[in-house]
Amino acid sequence: MSAIVKTLNHCSPDPVKVDGSHSLTIALAGNPNAGKTSLFNSLTGLRQKVANYPGVTVESKSGLWSLARHLPPARVVDLPGLYSLDATSLDEEIARDILLRRATNIAIPDVIVVVVDATNLVRNLYLATQLIDTRQRVVIALTMFDRAERSQLKIDTKQLSDALGVPVVPVVARRRRGLEELSRAVLDVIEGPPLEDVRGNGFPLLVENALADPAGRHSKLIKRYALIERIVSDAVEISDQGRLSFSERIDRVVTHKIFGPLILMLVMLLVFQTIFSWASLPMNLIDQVFSALSDSVRTTLPAGVFTDLLADGIIAGVGGVLAFLPQILLLFFFISILEDSGYMARAAFLTDRLMRAVGLHGKAFVPLLSSFACAVPGIMATRTIENPKDRIATIMIAPFMSCSARLPVYTLMIAAFFSGQKVLGVISVGALIILGMYLLGIAVAIVVAWIMKRTILKAPAPPFVMELPPYRVPQLGNVAHTLFARSTVFLKRAGTVILAISILLWALVAFPRAGSSTFLQKERAAQVQNSFAGRAGRLIEPAIKPLGFDWKIGIGLISSFAARETIVSTLSIVYNAGDNPETKSSSLVDALRSAKRSDGSLVWTPLTGLSLMIFFLLACQCMSTVAIVRRETNSWRWPTFMVGYMLVLAYAASFVTYQGGQLLGFR
Amino acid sequence: MTLDMIPQNVMARVTSVAPADGHSLRLMEMGVVPGAPVRVVKAAPLGDPIHVCVRNYHLALRRAEAKSITVTLHDSGAID
Repeated sequence: MSAIVKTLNHCSPDPVKVDGSHSLTIALAGNPNAGKTSLFNSLTGLRQKVANYPGVTVESKSGLWSLARHLPPARVVDLPGLYSLDATSLDEEIARDILLRRATNIAIPDVIVVVVDATNLVRNLYLATQLIDTRQRVVIALTMFDRAERSQLKIDTKQLSDALGVPVVPVVARRRRGLEELSRAVLDVIEGPPLEDVRGNGFPLLVENALADPAGRHSKLIKRYALIERIVSDAVEISDQGRLSFSERIDRVVTHKIFGPLILMLVMLLVFQTIFSWASLPMNLIDQVFSALSDSVRTTLPAGVFTDLLADGIIAGVGGVLAFLPQILLLFFFISILEDSGYMARAAFLTDRLMRAVGLHGKAFVPLLSSFACAVPGIMATRTIENPKDRIATIMIAPFMSCSARLPVYTLMIAAFFSGQKVLGVISVGALIILGMYLLGIAVAIVVAWIMKRTILKAPAPPFVMELPPYRVPQLGNVAHTLFARSTVFLKRAGTVILAISILLWALVAFPRAGSSTFLQKERAAQVQNSFAGRAGRLIEPAIKPLGFDWKIGIGLISSFAARETIVSTLSIVYNAGDNPETKSSSLVDALRSAKRSDGSLVWTPLTGLSLMIFFLLACQCMSTVAIVRRETNSWRWPTFMVGYMLVLAYAASFVTYQGGQLLGFR
Repeated sequence: MTLDMIPQNVMARVTSVAPADGHSLRLMEMGVVPGAPVRVVKAAPLGDPIHVCVRNYHLALRRAEAKSITVTLHDSGAID
């Protein structure tokens, strides 16, 4: 703690030369929901960059801001939101270290622009006055100024500025009001005399967080609030107090005992349905474009390993990566709207009690529900959970939500072994089985979360103290920025891993070579059966036999690590069931039904089908999930653990299903 | 009286926040300090967490956290 004091003594800023030789760095700090991101987007436009802070998974956003015509644009860093310089989460720690000039390998800010919500002055000024006390160059941007005016708050910015000793500039980011004044204030602060001379208005220096003793900390904190209250009551005139706010009126319905959960269900249904059905259109398009591309490569280039690598490895791999984009874009379209509007906090408020039953936070609800469409965007959405252990627990159970990639496997198995069967004459067995798969996934997730929160992720229950921000109309610009940032993050970080694994998996199927070309139907089957993957399938046959699987299914299991739905095409190849997409499924169904072991018994029974479905529900056969977990946890430890424990669970569940089923006399 | 016990939509004032644990500091940084006006807006449909209004902004917190905040009721009574 004494490090802070030491740093503070050294952080009186050196004079900055504003002649274009030195490019300026400006840090944007402020409370969460104070309008920091809106201001950042208005200042920088499209000139921004999203990256991670070195060594951690906290996102760093920076952009360029043209302060004045004669100067090169300044670099603006949008810091994670924080309430004070006493950090409690990793995000806040990073913001604090940069603000206190303790961060290495990140440029020291020349000026700090503190974003202060005009409608919530007292609380926002807590951080602002802490920063003023560090004697760095500070400018206050008073956001939501139009809202303050509308709710009859009269703020005397001149008086506020005099009392605090720093410039206070009212801004309305979405109307670009006050941005020029803000540039001028920043330039004035840089060019002006050293801070100590401008101040001297009696605002006392309180550096409370250097104290280890909590009682002392509390009393300093209370003192600071008392000072802020005095400053605010001098500078602000409130003419209309006690009126129910607009947001509270909306909350009367949105978090109502009955309507609240109902609205939440409708919202989630809409999100879910959209990702589920609308995303399939562009996904099919991407699929068609890439298979056409790979076909044209085959017809134009001479047959050989290189052509195969290009067509089946690289083009198919890139297509596989891009196929996730529609889902990610759609989910984050909704998430950023829900977040910008303020609804996300209400969803967490409504579901917290439910999620707490398994030791999780209300904020885990939306990511988990999204994972029913696809775990990849669901896992990316866990960033809103501040507590790292809660976040990991949520990530670890997200793949149990039965995602859309399992459906081709379910439908194939049901078409082959349960089609046309009915219970009580009306309910189809297939529908019941699919429903059962979804429920089983949820049940397993609950049990696993419960166990993890009591063992490897054990931690005292994190406090649930969450601001319910006022409702706002989401801004299209902010939504677009989020979408752009999410997709680049996915393509750059996860895309490379996915591409590498798909080329590796291609090689497993393509080598050693059986013939010169794998273009012909019959040769393809022979190639796959003799490849490394085929050999591996035979190798693992003894292990998967108790689950009811033979070596051909083993090949399917290995190749489907790339993506679950791959097993359908792999099975078509190994069962030599034709490559025509029109006839593929029906001929594959026939091939599965008639496949025989060497002793003449059937390979596939309904019980085998059920066992395979359960295996696909519980095993982590999705390299995109692995790649995104690697990225989001910043280590290979968690993705390795995830693949491992899910494999054990899947094996055990399939074993119990198949062996238990046989004991009970099912086939 | 603690914050989890007071009726809905009655103005109250914070008198103390139990010190020494992590979340009390967070609450105090967010302006839940002695003297701050508070009002319980409602409880979530399952009874917990609760929605409170502090210093004109809105906050959700669990009953366990609300227990550490002592309040006195305001004279002016209910609003709206």
